[in-house]
Formats: sequence, structure tokens, C-alpha cells
Amino acid sequence: MSRTQFFVAVSCTLAIVLVLGVWQFIMPSESDSGRPTWDEWTRLLLLKDYNTRVVTLGASLLGCAGGIVGSFTLLRKRALMGDALSHATLPGIALAFMAANALGMSGKSLPVLLLGAVATGLLGVAAILLIRNLTRLKEDTALGAVLSVFFGAGVSLLGMIQQMETAAAAGLKGFIDGKTASMGMQDTTLITVTAIICIGCCVAFYKHFKLLCFDEAFAAAQGFRVVVLDIALMALVVAVCIVGLQAVGLILMIALLVIPAAAARFWTQRMSRMVVIAAVLGAVGGMAGAGASALFSKLPSGPMIVLVYAGFFVISMVFGPQRGLLLRWRRRVRLNRSIDRQHLLRAIYEVLDLSGQRSTKDAPPFATVAQLLRRRSWSPWRLKLAIARACRAGDVQQIKERVELTESGLAEAARLTRQHRLWELYLINYAEIAPSRVDQDADAIEHVLEPQIVARLESLLASSQSEFPESPHELAPAENAFLTRAAHGA
Amino acid sequence: MELELLGISTWRWDFDGWIVAAGILCAVAAALLGNFLVLRRMSMLGDAISHAVLPGLAAAFIYTSSRNSLPMFLGAAAVGILTAFFTEWIRGVGKVDEGASMGVVFTSLFALGLVMIVQAADHVDLDPDCVLYGSPEYTPMNTVFLAGWEVPISVITLGIVATVNAAFVIFFYKELKFSSFDPSLSTTTGFSATLMHYMLVVLVAVTAVASFESVGNILVVAMFVVPPATAYLLTDRLAVMILLSLVLACVSAVLGHLGAIAVPRWFGFASSLPTAGMMAVSTGLIFSLTVAFSPKQGVLVKFVRRRILAWSTLADDIVGVLYRREERSKDSRATREILRSLLLADAFSLRMVLRWLRFRGELIRHGERYELTQQGRARAQDLVRSHRLWEQYLVSQAGLDEDRIHDKAEKWEHVTDLELRRRLRDETNAPRIDPHGTPIPDERAEAE
Repeated sequence: MSRTQFFVAVSCTLAIVLVLGVWQFIMPSESDSGRPTWDEWTRLLLLKDYNTRVVTLGASLLGCAGGIVGSFTLLRKRALMGDALSHATLPGIALAFMAANALGMSGKSLPVLLLGAVATGLLGVAAILLIRNLTRLKEDTALGAVLSVFFGAGVSLLGMIQQMETAAAAGLKGFIDGKTASMGMQDTTLITVTAIICIGCCVAFYKHFKLLCFDEAFAAAQGFRVVVLDIALMALVVAVCIVGLQAVGLILMIALLVIPAAAARFWTQRMSRMVVIAAVLGAVGGMAGAGASALFSKLPSGPMIVLVYAGFFVISMVFGPQRGLLLRWRRRVRLNRSIDRQHLLRAIYEVLDLSGQRSTKDAPPFATVAQLLRRRSWSPWRLKLAIARACRAGDVQQIKERVELTESGLAEAARLTRQHRLWELYLINYAEIAPSRVDQDADAIEHVLEPQIVARLESLLASSQSEFPESPHELAPAENAFLTRAAHGA
Repeated sequence: MELELLGISTWRWDFDGWIVAAGILCAVAAALLGNFLVLRRMSMLGDAISHAVLPGLAAAFIYTSSRNSLPMFLGAAAVGILTAFFTEWIRGVGKVDEGASMGVVFTSLFALGLVMIVQAADHVDLDPDCVLYGSPEYTPMNTVFLAGWEVPISVITLGIVATVNAAFVIFFYKELKFSSFDPSLSTTTGFSATLMHYMLVVLVAVTAVASFESVGNILVVAMFVVPPATAYLLTDRLAVMILLSLVLACVSAVLGHLGAIAVPRWFGFASSLPTAGMMAVSTGLIFSLTVAFSPKQGVLVKFVRRRILAWSTLADDIVGVLYRREERSKDSRATREILRSLLLADAFSLRMVLRWLRFRGELIRHGERYELTQQGRARAQDLVRSHRLWEQYLVSQAGLDEDRIHDKAEKWEHVTDLELRRRLRDETNAPRIDPHGTPIPDERAEAE
């Protein structure tokens, strides 16, 4: 747990540094007047302005809902569904505008436009599911085809509208770019209601959605209506997308659905935690992005929210305690080091075996570096590092070219060599592999042999072998690629 | 002449001709590569790149402070290629699902581009719309003289891109095919699948960026996916698929421009619609028609084929039931209700099939009841003979139990012809009765 906390602390610090760095980079240095004063900071942080309050609340709730719904679509491998869907809303918006104008209503009334958006959005989802299920085209092709055709239709319709009434159509482009900063109370109310409905649905149907994401066939066998659940999940995506269109625009809406969920995936293996983390990341990112835009006059809020998310993603990918790069890299290094140590000890032991030194008690047993280098195909550099580490661990002592085993090192070397040979004997006796070929196979598995398995090997081989088995094959020096290359070079 | 019938009286070859030429070249360049994107399940790459290049455009613009197209092209192409690399890297190293890693990369880059543009708005005037939503209508405005001809620059650019793509597909056809269908086999035989992947991705990025400036992103994204997807539903051969996708792409480009001019006239508007959007819509129309009516894969075609098969089976069953009733009793006639309860058919199918059989003259109706005609009896005789010969064969030759043969014979009777019946007769020594003890009807063809 302490390691997780350490990671969280480091990541938070880095997140702050990164966000500040991005601000420094983005802020043009000459415009000092644009730099916020302390007063402006406090006004923002204490949410004193009505406008800031509204925008921040809206952005964070939207991010929260996007994170939650996005977690499910991500695990269902439908991350780009939101992309296709948000493009598919454009013809609906245009059609709704035209219909409303034809009926003599105001074409820019929000409910009418959103209704149109929902209609073609759902049509797009239906088209994607139909293409995927009824033809041999794959999901990505269905997404790409629906996206481009619907968007083309939307652009054509917008072109038509611009010919009808140029003045009235001016705001429609806002759906492509978004207008977070000018979010009004009406927008925020809409976002709040939708977010609460989405969160409520996800909590209520958590179990069902989880089953849908992980094992669709099992869900069907349990008697859940998979199609209905799928449509319900897609309806939630449609809902979030459409309120998001207003706030951050068509393209950036996709980020709200994809990035927090993808970032949360690096932090945990449990679905429930992932949903919570995605919600928190979404909310915090929304708040930070909106705040940044409120503080600095020239930072658009929609893109800033997405950039904050991108920062979260990079940090999660590097530091995530479950799948993070750093952690995986450390794990690999540690494994490699332990393997190198085992190889070193066994190599020394085999050198001793060859020279018959094992029996002498008065002087500490040793092998020279040159001898060791010949045992395996390892580079001098790697061997040197392994020896240095073993010295620190107290397994060996290096005196010039002599690598001496300490007492504990000798015991460990004997144990490792014994394990190796036991496995070799097992392979020869039970897997019927030729003695000349068992060395490599045993090499691959000796590092992961557990005491229980060693005990079973012992009992299996007890009758035929003495306490410490001799090597079943000749301990010929391995073909050392580095030495051979050096010889050729000379 | 024909054009005027559509309401296109304003067509001018030196204007509309170039627009269509640019559209066709873009369509060809995109569709050539699109076939491999569809086959490799990378269809969303075009869309992702089209949004992700924004920071590249903005950076080039800010540094050169001009709207010179070469630096912008280079900047966009570089970011486009980076998009593909980042996507692949996050997918591979971070173990994130392909779609999600694409979503993360292109939305982040797009946001970065937007912020850069807003930041630079003081110094320079760059509207993302102009760059991303370039439009074929502007094609004829920007021309150069080439060999005495006045040729639009975008036609030249797109022509070069299309030629490069065609050369790539022709020279590396075998490698592309191999690595698309079986990447690991391709790699082990010496064509690195990864290398092909990145070459393809680089060309996709270059094609996309070259198209944005001249004809806009809508058109190229649609042409990457939709014509190849349409062609994929029409054929099983890669070479045919590529050629078909090219033809479809060209047809949609032409149709799109005609539509852009003609459609607003139908509604009484004077000017035309965005050509790129209409070209995308016309690819969509062709695609939907293909999804419905493709000879092999069409959804409607498959549905109708299944229906016809089901109804012909039902017709066989109806005459078979009536024939068996005739054998057993003198009163052979049956009402629709009886048939329905015997055959478990739905009311609509039964009504349609009965009408069809009466039309063929195999049944006649007496009030509520149906009776076989001579013609219908002949068909039923063949069917029942096939059924009973199969039963005899299954018992005597395949050694099955009597109570397990009926279902199999019931299935196969519908597909047994005269020749097969003769072979069955020969195999079973021309039996007179079937295993259940009922007589096997004579072969009509031999009775005559």
C-alpha cells in the first residue's frame, strides 16, 4: 500500500509541475499583463465569480460522467464509438434547425437542436451495429464509414442552411468547436441533470455493465438481455456526447470519453476502482482546464481540459502502479539482475567443479574472471556488473582477477547448481531429452523453480541419485560470442 | 444536354471539370491505400490523422508567419506520421486497446493545435477551418501554367500523390497482400510486416495532408474507408477489390459534384452545396445500396434467398402431407388449419405458399379445403419416393435404427433429384416398401 501511496504522491507532484510547465510554455512571455495576479488566483480558487463557478461545475461534472461512461466503453473496446457518434450528430443538428425554421420556430432553440442530434446520433449507432452484425465488415470499418458519411451529410446540410439564412446559422458552427467559456446556467443545468442520470444509471446497472464488458456470452447465459444492455450503454454515450458537444465541441468530446478511462486503467485491475479513478480524473481535469482558461485570457477551455487529461494520461502511463511503464521496467530490471546473480554463482560453482577445488577447505574457493567469461555467452561488461552486485550482496569477494565465494555464497551456489542439475536429470529421465541438450532447457526454468517443485524433483529422483548429483553432461565451456568475436577481431 | 436535364445549366468544363478532376484524384489516392487500411482494421487512422495534424500546421504557420503551403505541408505530414507512431507505441508499450490509444493521441494533438492557434491569433490569422475544411470549389482559383496549360496546383499535387500511391501499391502488391493477411508469416519469410505497416502509415499521412489543403478532410476520410468497404462486400479477390474501389471512388466523386450542383436546384436555391460533403454522401449512398443488394453479401439478398428456400421447402412439405393423406384415406383434402398444425408454419408463409401452389396448378381449392391436382401429385410422388428411398438406404446401408431415420430423410428429400434417386434405388436393390412398411411410390420417369 505504501508503494501505491508513493506513486500517487510522485504522480500528483509531477502532474502539477507538468501543468505549470505547459502554462509557462503556452503563455507568451512578452504579455506580462496577461499573467494573473494573486487576487485573480484567489478569486478562481474560491470560486467567487458566478461565471467561473458555473463553467467549472459544468466542466467537472461533464468530465466525471465522461470518465464513468468511458470506462465501460473502453473495456468493451468501443472507445472510438464516441467519435463516430459525435460526428453523426451534425446532420441531426442541421436538420433540426431546418425543420424548426420551416415550422416558424426559432432554429436555435437548444432542446430542438439536441433532439435532432440525439436522433441522428442514435441512427449512426444503429447503422454501426447493423453493419457490424449483418455484413462481414469489421467494427473499425463500420465506425469509419458511418463517421465520414454522416459528417459529409452534416456539412452539406450546413452549406444549405447558410444559403437559407446566413445570420441565423452563425451559431451552428459552435457545435463543432464548442464554447465552454460562455457556458450559461442553462447549459450547466443540462449537464448536471445528464451527468446525474448517467452516474445513477452506471451505479444501478454496474453489475450488468461489468458483465457485459468482460464476458458477454456469460451475461447472455445468465439471462441478461445483452442487446438491451448494449443499447442502454450506447444511449448513455449518446447522452454524454450530446451535452458535451455544447460544452467542448465535437472532436474534444471524444477525449472526455476516452482519456480519463484509458488513464485510470493504468492504476488498478479492479473495475470498481477504475470507474472511480476515471470519474475523479475526469472531474479534476475538467476543473483544472476550465480554471486555466478562466485565469488566462488566451487559453480556450475545451482544449485546455483535453491537454490536462493528456497530462494525466502520460503520468498514468509512466507511473501507474498496475501497468505503468516505470513499474514494468523496474520489475524487468530486478528479474534480470536476479537471473544474472544466479548465473554468476552457478558459473563459479561449475568452474570449481571442473578444477576439483570443491573439496579444499583451507582457502576460499574462487574462479578467475577469464574463466567465468568463458562459462556463458555474456559480455565482460555484464559480468562485471553482476560481480559488483554480488560483492555488495556478500555472495562473493573480488580480489583483482579472482572472484572468491563467501561461505553463504558457496551455499547458495551449491543450492542453485543442485536445482539446475535436478531439473536436467528430470528432463533426461522423464522427458527423455538427450543429455547434451538439457542444459539450455534447464537454464530457462531454473530461475522460477519453487521449493515445492525442488522437493518433488528430489523425491522423484531419490532412488537413482546421490545427495548432490554430478552434472549429467560434460561441463564444456559455452560458446562465448564475445570471446569469439574478439578472437576474430584480433 | 443530359446535364441540363438534371438542372445543371451552369456546368463549365474549365471550372467544374477541374473540381471533379481534383475530387477524382483525391478519391483514387485515398481508395488505393484505403483497401489495406480496411483489411488491416485501421480504418479510423484517416480520421485520426485528419484531426491530429493541427499542431503541425499551426507550428509551421507560427514559425514561417506565412501561409506558404510547403512548410505547412511538411509540418502536418510530420505530425501525421507521429500520430501513427504514438498510437502504435501506446498500444504496444502501454497495452492500451488500439481504438483507445488512437483516441488519446489524436484528441490531445488536436487540443494542442487549437491552443497554439489561439495563442498565435495576435500575430497571424489562421483559421483551422480553412486548413482542415479546404474545399474542392477553390481548386480552379489557384493555377499555374504547365506545358502551355493552365492547371490548378491542387490537381498537380493530388496527381503526384495518386501516382506515388499507385506505384507503391503496384510495386509492393505482393508484400502488402502478404503482410495484410498474415503478418507473422510475412515477417518470417523476409518481408517485414512492421516495415510495410509504417510505409503504409507514412503514405496515408502524406495523402491525407495533401488532400486537406486542396479538397478538405471530409472527402479524404470518406474515400479512405467507404469505397474499399463497398468493394470488400462485392468481391473476395484483392486485385478486383482494389480496382472496384477505384471505380466506385471515381463514380462517387462525379456523382457528388453533380449532386452538389443539382440538389439545391430541386429545392429552389440558387447556389450549390459543399462538393466534398456531397461526394462523401454519394459514397455513403453507394455503400448502403451495396450493403443491401450485393450479390453475395447483400443483407436483403441474403434475406430473400433464405425466404425463397424456406418457402420452397414449405411447398414440398405441403404436397407431401397431402399425398400421404391420400395414401392413407380416401378423404385427402385438408384445410389450411390442418396444414398449419401439421407443418408448424406461420400463417403468412402458409398463405403465400398455398397461393403459389394454386397458381402453379399443383393444388385446387374446394371451399376451405385443398386437394392435389395431377401435377401436384406428380411432384409429391417424387418427393415421397425420395424420402422413403433415403429411409431404406439409411437402414440397409448405413445401419441406422428405424426411429432415427425420419429426420434425416426429411431434410434430404428436398435436394434429391432423379439421378440420385436412381443411385439410391440401385444401392438398395430397388425396394418396394420402406423400413416402416409403407410402399415406395414408383418412379414417374420410368413408369412412362
